[in-house]
Amino acid sequence: MLDSLSTAAAIDTINQVVQTATGGSESLFVIIMKGFSNYAIPFLLLVIPILGFAKKVKVYEAFVDGAKEGFHVAVRIIPYLVAILVAIGMFRASGAMDFFVKLLSPLTNLVGMPAETLPVALMRPLSGSGTLGLVTELMNQFGPDSFIGRLASTMFGSTETTFYVLAVYFGSVGIRRTRHAVAAGLIGDITGLLVAVLICRVVFL
Amino acid sequence: MLNYIWLALMVIAIIVGAINGRIEEVTKAAVENASTAVDISLGLIGIMALWLGVMKIAEKGGIIQILSRAIRPIARFLFPRIPKDHPAIGAMLMNIIANWLGLGNAATPLGLKAMEELQTLNKSKDTATNAMVVFLALNTASITIIPMTVIAVRAKLGSANPFEIISTAVFASTCATIAAVTAAKLMQKPRVIRRSDPDLTDRGRKKGEEDA
Repeated sequence: MLDSLSTAAAIDTINQVVQTATGGSESLFVIIMKGFSNYAIPFLLLVIPILGFAKKVKVYEAFVDGAKEGFHVAVRIIPYLVAILVAIGMFRASGAMDFFVKLLSPLTNLVGMPAETLPVALMRPLSGSGTLGLVTELMNQFGPDSFIGRLASTMFGSTETTFYVLAVYFGSVGIRRTRHAVAAGLIGDITGLLVAVLICRVVFL
Repeated sequence: MLNYIWLALMVIAIIVGAINGRIEEVTKAAVENASTAVDISLGLIGIMALWLGVMKIAEKGGIIQILSRAIRPIARFLFPRIPKDHPAIGAMLMNIIANWLGLGNAATPLGLKAMEELQTLNKSKDTATNAMVVFLALNTASITIIPMTVIAVRAKLGSANPFEIISTAVFASTCATIAAVTAAKLMQKPRVIRRSDPDLTDRGRKKGEEDA
């Protein structure tokens, strides 16, 4: 933890130095990260076929052979994703979220979570775009560098959209009986969100 | 469990929607999201084809097997029932690395490739194996080293340091991952869940028996 904190501090310093030196809006860190994400995919698209070719794989034939599965996988996901997204969409549209926010709000004080961020926590496992919308709203209202803004951003990055992942991954191979996967995923979500509150209080307050 | 949650979401939506006078919005959301789901699925075709094609080259060239061998000790702990050096391990590793790097577009196809490999080891094709649940736990709590989307929003809203949430987000998602995997591992043990384990009882399971 100390390590990543000091890394963040170092990045902070680099940002400021570069920004004042160049007067530009893009820091060195941004440039490196952008370069990194720009080249990660081309790197794989270069290295894998070359390694395959070196191992005497008929690369074109192998590619086509693998790629033809793409359509079937995508189509197989449809019923699972329809089921999940319809239920979540209805839930969001009904305004039921407000009800749960009211129901759970006495608990937020207990863990030191600002009441404004509770909808973010409840939305996180259900909808990625929905959560991003809420986080953006909060940062717009309180500022991205406020405690609420920082906490909401951390919550967004603390876990994945569990129900979407479950629907797509299990759907792709036709698994209907998910056993303890939902419970494990939700335990991960709750942990991630609570730890987000805790660590933000330690670091930012 | 998904049965209960799915039903609960819809029942709550309709009851609360009726009370709130938002029943029309609920209907609209149902219809709209049904087609959104299809759009998302069909939108995956191209990117799926690309990565499944590349993965086939990697598989035939032995690259996935090399990756599988590289993480054998961790794999043996997380996925004890997967034969050592099985391509499922290499596919899962590639998916997890893509997730860490925030390469969302590549991560999903790689993850689905891993699911396909895991499914070849599954004796009961409609039921999740323990290995699948652990792999899903890794994915639903996924660590992202650079959560670019939220950083971009922060930058746009004029944050003095959009990146300052990286360390807190990585810390929280690491804890989430550990918790999810531990939960997945511990929950394999109780009888209720062991009963539906495809590796133990693929015969004699009553049809329509509830999943835990």
